[in-house]
Amino acid sequence: MSDFSVIAATPRQKWIAGSLVVLYAVITILPLVWIVATGFKSPADAIAYPPKVVFEPTLEGYVNLFTTRSRATPETLETLGPPDSWYDRIVRQYGMVISGPSRYGERFLNSVIIGFGSTFLSVFLGTLAAYAFSRFKVPLKDDLLFFILSTRMMPPIAVAIPIFLMFRTLGLSDTHLGMILLYTAVNISLSVWLLKGFIDEIPREYEEAALIDGYTRFQAFRKVVLPQAATGIASTAIFCLIFAWNEYAFAVLLTSGTAQTAPPFIPTIIGVGKDWPAVAAGTTLFLIPVMVFTIMLRKHLLRGITFGAVRK
Amino acid sequence: MNTKGLLAAIGLAAGAGVMAPAAQAEDLTLCWASWDPANALVELSKDFEAESGHSMNFEFVPWPNFADRMLNELNSGGQLCDLMIGDSQWIGGSAENGHYIKLNDFFDANGIKMDDFIDATVVGYSEWPKNTPNYWALPAFGDVVGWTYRKDWFERPALMAEFKDKYGYDLAAPETFAQLKDIAEFFQKREIDGKTVYGASIYTERGSEGITMGAMDVLYSFGFKYENPEKPYDMEGFVNSPGAVAGLEYYKELYDCCTPPGASNGYMSEGIDAFKSGQVAMQMNFAFTWPGFENDASVGKGKTGYFVNPAGPDGEQFAQLGGQGISVVAYSEKQDAALEYIKWFAKPEVQAKWWEMGGFSCLKAVTLDPSFPASQPYAQTFLDSMAVVKDFWAEPSYAILLQDTQKRFHDYVVAGQGTAQEALDGLVSDWTETFEDDGKL
Amino acid sequence: MTQTPIERAAAATPPAIVTRVKGISDRTLAWIFVAPTIFLLLAINIFPLIWTIRLSLTNYRANRTNAEVEWVGLRNYERILTDGDIWHSMQATAHFLIWTIVLQVLIGFTLAYLINKKFKGNDLWTTIIVLPMMLSPAVVGNFWTFLYQPQIGLFNYVVSFFSGVDPSSFSMIGSVNLAPWAIVIVDTWMWTPFVMLICLAGLRSIPDYIYEAAAIDRASPWRQFWTITVPMVLPFLMLAVLFRGIENFKMFDMVTLLTGGGPGSTTELTSITLKREAFEKWRTGYSSAYAIILFVTVFGLASIYVKALNKVKER
Repeated sequence: MSDFSVIAATPRQKWIAGSLVVLYAVITILPLVWIVATGFKSPADAIAYPPKVVFEPTLEGYVNLFTTRSRATPETLETLGPPDSWYDRIVRQYGMVISGPSRYGERFLNSVIIGFGSTFLSVFLGTLAAYAFSRFKVPLKDDLLFFILSTRMMPPIAVAIPIFLMFRTLGLSDTHLGMILLYTAVNISLSVWLLKGFIDEIPREYEEAALIDGYTRFQAFRKVVLPQAATGIASTAIFCLIFAWNEYAFAVLLTSGTAQTAPPFIPTIIGVGKDWPAVAAGTTLFLIPVMVFTIMLRKHLLRGITFGAVRK
Repeated sequence: MNTKGLLAAIGLAAGAGVMAPAAQAEDLTLCWASWDPANALVELSKDFEAESGHSMNFEFVPWPNFADRMLNELNSGGQLCDLMIGDSQWIGGSAENGHYIKLNDFFDANGIKMDDFIDATVVGYSEWPKNTPNYWALPAFGDVVGWTYRKDWFERPALMAEFKDKYGYDLAAPETFAQLKDIAEFFQKREIDGKTVYGASIYTERGSEGITMGAMDVLYSFGFKYENPEKPYDMEGFVNSPGAVAGLEYYKELYDCCTPPGASNGYMSEGIDAFKSGQVAMQMNFAFTWPGFENDASVGKGKTGYFVNPAGPDGEQFAQLGGQGISVVAYSEKQDAALEYIKWFAKPEVQAKWWEMGGFSCLKAVTLDPSFPASQPYAQTFLDSMAVVKDFWAEPSYAILLQDTQKRFHDYVVAGQGTAQEALDGLVSDWTETFEDDGKL
Repeated sequence: MTQTPIERAAAATPPAIVTRVKGISDRTLAWIFVAPTIFLLLAINIFPLIWTIRLSLTNYRANRTNAEVEWVGLRNYERILTDGDIWHSMQATAHFLIWTIVLQVLIGFTLAYLINKKFKGNDLWTTIIVLPMMLSPAVVGNFWTFLYQPQIGLFNYVVSFFSGVDPSSFSMIGSVNLAPWAIVIVDTWMWTPFVMLICLAGLRSIPDYIYEAAAIDRASPWRQFWTITVPMVLPFLMLAVLFRGIENFKMFDMVTLLTGGGPGSTTELTSITLKREAFEKWRTGYSSAYAIILFVTVFGLASIYVKALNKVKER
């Protein structure tokens, strides 16, 4: 675009636009910064009025997040001798002793297992289906594609009613397998739609050349299409992972302990003792992976959130 | 009760008599709410682990999510919990739907007598149908709604004089709800030690059972009754009696005039928080919170006083029952070991230690011991409160009855919609519909 | 680019490819590739949907496995539709839906317009603005309860800093008048970037020569904005509204953790009512009927809307 273009913004317009956007960005990021900061506050600082912007950072929130503590009488504390570690010291100043690990680690791990398990499955199945939709004449293709999409219109709570009964009958309640299957089913519509878009963009001449060279159709798919679609598959995988990672409604209704993920667990931290720093710490650790992924994905973001309807 | 549960109960009870101690070391999971008593139970259970060879795991869920999570677990036939310390109102549903195993034969075989436990707790936590000798739980933790107050503030001469001047009687723990409101008004927005304080913290929580527990606690003393004592499920004129209406109006007035800002969705932990941080002069809460105040750096050491739920306008005095019994989950595959735990827990020496550690034992041998009232500053208040308890419906449809109540009360008290009369009339029609659906009307 | 997914699918139908005789036929391969997906969707989506319809005609309760189940015909539907509560929660949902869409469209479009001025560093700031959208709504809703605390909460503090109102004098989630706005604010904070991104794609799709031609015709910038920019971006904007509309009609997680439907039933959206009926009261039959009503509503509204969207695009 030349400097004389009639539509290029003048430096002054750019400056105004830039400052307004920066102002909005600062406002929008403020709650997130506040969450991260609260994780490093002491419980007293977290509920101070007026809210403390400058404070002495402490890891109390993180210690409380990962441990369960019980109150000890002064006599018991004396018999215990000096604290053996930095986290012991933090807990002792409130007259408490660490009685064991909290459930946060387990729940976080469940999120990882269920997230990755369902992502793998939905991308695997999605790639196959997307390839078929992209390259072959599948009878009723448009209806099938629309059907796949419309499964996302049902409110999750409504879906959860029969799923709850089904899982109960099959013994899948509160199991990793059940949650992986469920999240796969939810994600597969996204996965098929996105991947079909990506595979459509791969010129079919490549495969045709391979077929002429004596490859079977399946070999052509595996050796020619898959490598070409790698970026698309990777970004689809990240979208599926983010969905499974963030999901709350199914998790809260269909898991109670063994397979419970972090989103239904984090809100319960506050019910125990109004320990805002611990909640903030748990929230921060949980949100960081998604923020990293978002930054990695920024080029394909639009495509992912619109089911491939809008491409840049 | 279903045949599966019945068979399990009979089979187990038969087995229980010849139960060899520690036949096989099991990994037991006990489910309860996540609160101070649960931490005490973890400590107490170490003795059981040492004695029996079984190991204990715990799954604790905070109160606001407890019923939701655990009823979901039971209804999905889950095997997460072997032992469940479930809320008192779950007993009807858990008995009728076969979630808990029946304990009568087990009690008989092991010489555990329900007469040894405080009567109200046996009715409240163990029996279904109520007032029949069918036991589904062993009373585990006695609890009741009572009040705490800032004794140190109440004893300040300047405040005492000002109060006497204004209201014509002495500033002390209130005996009637009218007095309670005077005192709450007196403290509302008062500067104490450079901090603005408020009158009282009461239950207003919407999601689970908070506002129902709080409002009922007041309504009972104002003349509210769940049903016609002569005719079960006849509610017209009892649920919405003029007294009950006055009680609900009182609760709203108290909420409007004398609670801290933003107290629109508070239950136990919010109450603890408000009281410990010195925000309120009085606090409504279950007795389980009391040991925590005695140990607290800011409100412990004699600064906290306790009083029984005050009397209503006609001198009637009741309090909302809390607390739980411990049950064996019918879906558990380790029921023998779970029963062993209950047998151990029922021992008088374990119950005595339970009280010492801050667990409210329901065993008469503990609570009727002459040294009991003086053992803790709150012990007498606990005993007096337990003598006047009433509980919410424990019907199998309790959750529906409760959710309807939550909505009616929250809509009126917090959201300010309609009148108390409309709220209670609506409640009668909601409850009637539920009982009709159940075929009880 | 501006196609709906359905149209894109139709357009992408491939021309016949030379079928190799070697190995399995394309047709078989196609079915092998598609079958697992279809099977999974049938098992976890369609079968449950049919089951829900069946349940909605009974008085079944999931917590009474040994009680007798009776067919009640359409009584559940009749009860729901004649009960005032569903209209109340539909109203609460409509308020949430309309205001989140209005605010997100206004703010999102403005931001996209500004970012399209291509100032230095616009990529970095765009990425920052986008962050809230990708986070877990449940976890975010939970944390906003802290930001909304009277007195100690950041939100109340910021408001009082600029307006001088006492921060302890109002409670965003405790007051009947403010709570509906509290959920709108959080949703707008989270999802404005979504609308913004889509609008940005729309703005970037407008070729420069159209503006250049307009400039030659001496059309004022104001006129250019209304005759070129807005109509060209409109299909994008409508797509964004469709997505937000469907998502917010289903809204459960963020609001349930933020207000729990309170105070009273002020912010009780349809999904929250449904959860109470299905998983707290355990009226499975009744709540199945409720679920079907919601599904039909969202499906019907979405279909009408898609028709309108297609009309706009034809112009």
